[in-house]
Amino acid sequence: MIVELGHYALVLAFALTLVQCFLPLWGALTGDDRLMAVAPPVSVTLFMLIMISFVALTIAYLTSDFSVLNVVQNSHSAKPFIYKFTGVWGNHEGSMLLWVLILVFFGALVGVFGGNLPKDLKAATLAVQAWVTGGFILFLLATSNPFARVANPPLEGADLNPILQDIGLAIHPPLLYVGYVGFSITFSFAVAALILGRTDAAWARWVRPWTLLAWCFLTLGIAMGSYWAYYELGWGGWWFWDPVENASFMPWLAGTALLHSAIVMEKREALKIWTVLLAIFTFSLSLLGTFLVRSGVLTSVHAFATDPARGVFILGLLVFFIGGSLALYAWRAPMLKQGGLFAPISREGGLVLNNLFLTAACAAVFVGTLYPLALDAVTGEKISVGAPFFNLTFGPLMIPLLLAVPFGPILAWKRGDLLAASQRLYVAFGLALVFTLFTFWLWGMEKVLAPLGVGLAVWVMAGAVSEIVTRVKFFEIGPKRGFARLVGLPGSAWGTVVAHFGVGVTVLGIVTASAFQEERIETMRPGDTVEVSGYQVTFDGAAPRRGPNYVEEVGHFTIRQGGVLVTELDPSKRVYTARQMPTTEAGIHTIGFSQIYLSMGESRGDGAIDVRVYFKPLITLIWIGCVIMSLGAVFSMADRRLRIGAPKPASRRKTAQPAAAE
Amino acid sequence: MTRKQRRLTLIGSAGAVLAVALGLILFALNDQIVFFQSPTDITQKSIPAGQRIRLGGLVEEGSVVRADNAQVSFRVTDTANAVAVTYKGILPDLFREGQGVVTEGIVNADGTFVADSVLAKHDENYMPKEVAEALKDQGHWQGGEGEAN
Repeated sequence: MIVELGHYALVLAFALTLVQCFLPLWGALTGDDRLMAVAPPVSVTLFMLIMISFVALTIAYLTSDFSVLNVVQNSHSAKPFIYKFTGVWGNHEGSMLLWVLILVFFGALVGVFGGNLPKDLKAATLAVQAWVTGGFILFLLATSNPFARVANPPLEGADLNPILQDIGLAIHPPLLYVGYVGFSITFSFAVAALILGRTDAAWARWVRPWTLLAWCFLTLGIAMGSYWAYYELGWGGWWFWDPVENASFMPWLAGTALLHSAIVMEKREALKIWTVLLAIFTFSLSLLGTFLVRSGVLTSVHAFATDPARGVFILGLLVFFIGGSLALYAWRAPMLKQGGLFAPISREGGLVLNNLFLTAACAAVFVGTLYPLALDAVTGEKISVGAPFFNLTFGPLMIPLLLAVPFGPILAWKRGDLLAASQRLYVAFGLALVFTLFTFWLWGMEKVLAPLGVGLAVWVMAGAVSEIVTRVKFFEIGPKRGFARLVGLPGSAWGTVVAHFGVGVTVLGIVTASAFQEERIETMRPGDTVEVSGYQVTFDGAAPRRGPNYVEEVGHFTIRQGGVLVTELDPSKRVYTARQMPTTEAGIHTIGFSQIYLSMGESRGDGAIDVRVYFKPLITLIWIGCVIMSLGAVFSMADRRLRIGAPKPASRRKTAQPAAAE
Repeated sequence: MTRKQRRLTLIGSAGAVLAVALGLILFALNDQIVFFQSPTDITQKSIPAGQRIRLGGLVEEGSVVRADNAQVSFRVTDTANAVAVTYKGILPDLFREGQGVVTEGIVNADGTFVADSVLAKHDENYMPKEVAEALKDQGHWQGGEGEAN
């Protein structure tokens, strides 16, 4: 009954999106207030309906209702409670329902908090959002109904794929989806601006917090996914340039470009047309990511769907939304007025440079991800494009960008002075040089590029701090007044510093973890010891153990440094009984920012096992840096300016005041 | 600077960055991509020693031999031909005799495939798509669609 209610709510929501698609839009174009007023209440109702739907599915999972096909295929009564709950989105249908839930949630936010948006912009934005929502609800209803029943309910379900039974899965998809789908709002704003034929600073001021919010979650989602793959797959890698990873990375790159170009648009009214295009691209890449991941074009843990009809349907949606918005763009963009001249050496110039490199890097990732698919489709030849390709293309494009990062915030708007900017970066440059030479001295000629990488990371971090210290003239006016001024800086200034610092931290983690990691692969018998980076790892033996829905062989390892006990680790090899599927549980110990990583191979029967031992220096900085970056986005969102709005220029009656993106 | 010069600088730098990106992409596509080969391809075509390739097929029944130091050797077959593979490391969880596998590495001088990565992906039903198609070409694959789910 509850399940049917959920299904019914979903159908009802689809019918409502049809209303929302046309009436408010018609109202916005004809200036009919009554029609425009339809949009906000409908957006809230849509959210409530999808919520009912989602709750219904959740209840089916929690009560292990095996008369629902989706639950049968992905759940098991013996599964721990938390994974019954996260299992709701650990499958194709449920995850698409979550996607739609977030879509309507963002729509409702605009509906509720968009009170001070220009009426027509708000109505048109909500209408566009409804188009996207309607498309995806139709997709759910037509090809992937989560509420389908089975005629003869089995007694037991097939269980969730074991490697998805992890707390990382509980968090990763919702974070990623808030990121992906958050860009749908900027997309809707962009398309609405094209439909209405105008954008202004108020538009940019509205778009920026949404971009920041989406970007913040996407960053966390990608970091979470990376950490999950690191500890759950047992390979010790944190990024594989796997097409599925790239699918989430491309919208991130475009989104990063977007949140920078939106600054130029807001502050200087320049780059309007480009910003609108980026907003369209970013969400298009999110859609493309969904298509790649969910359609089964790629084989991976994410490819739940095998039904070709689904792939074709998502492809149809993709063509409709991307093609439609780009056609609209080609037709309407020339109507948007360009403004704001600037010299090449200026803050705007710096942000343009940022956009150039980010979009070029995004293009490189795009080619590397889609070329094998295209080649296979055209010639039937099978190739794989792996890390070497991306290291050779993405890497070189990032280096000039990272070199330029500290300059950006220091340059003045309109006309900057490169020499004066350099003078404020002496200290950062000195620090970078010192760390480069220090690393070089530590490792000698063995590694040549790594010290430069460390220097680059320090340059970005120190550059971010220099900017703010020299900006308040901290050392000239003394620490007491200096601190007061630092606290008084606007949130967006802090956001820039914190986010850029986070970039440096991540780069440092990447460089050290890839260049200086040590790895040993050995066959060990109880009592054997291997040494890695100064740590002695002793294998004490293995014993079987039984969990709620799995059995495992647990190895016991003791780690010492110079005879002193550091820790004991228990990596294991599990077999989940319902699917008879083995998984590897790595043993990880964190020392400072570095980690010792142990994973076991299969037991050989005579007590010997294959063991892989890594020491990964500073590896946690990779994810910590991502968290810092998201924190930067939070600071930026907290900026008073984004909450209060622009002082109203006398000449413009309809200046919008943005609501908070809280 | 005049308005025109500014615009030219902008377009020029954009062009330069894009040209560099394009150059890198084309260079890397020429050099860094890895072709998928079946055991038959490897025995029939002469693949220069040292060139990286991906080899996919089924792990031949009874061919897996484990030595000390985590060394493993096995044979990958497409039922028509088989290639000997050596690998040092921990095999993935779903590596099984008789199951599909994709390995990446180089063919050495005596015709042995030295793999530095072995993929047998995340699911018990998983048959790498390339492997399934290569086996179909050989006319030996009777299973349904080999797909992850």
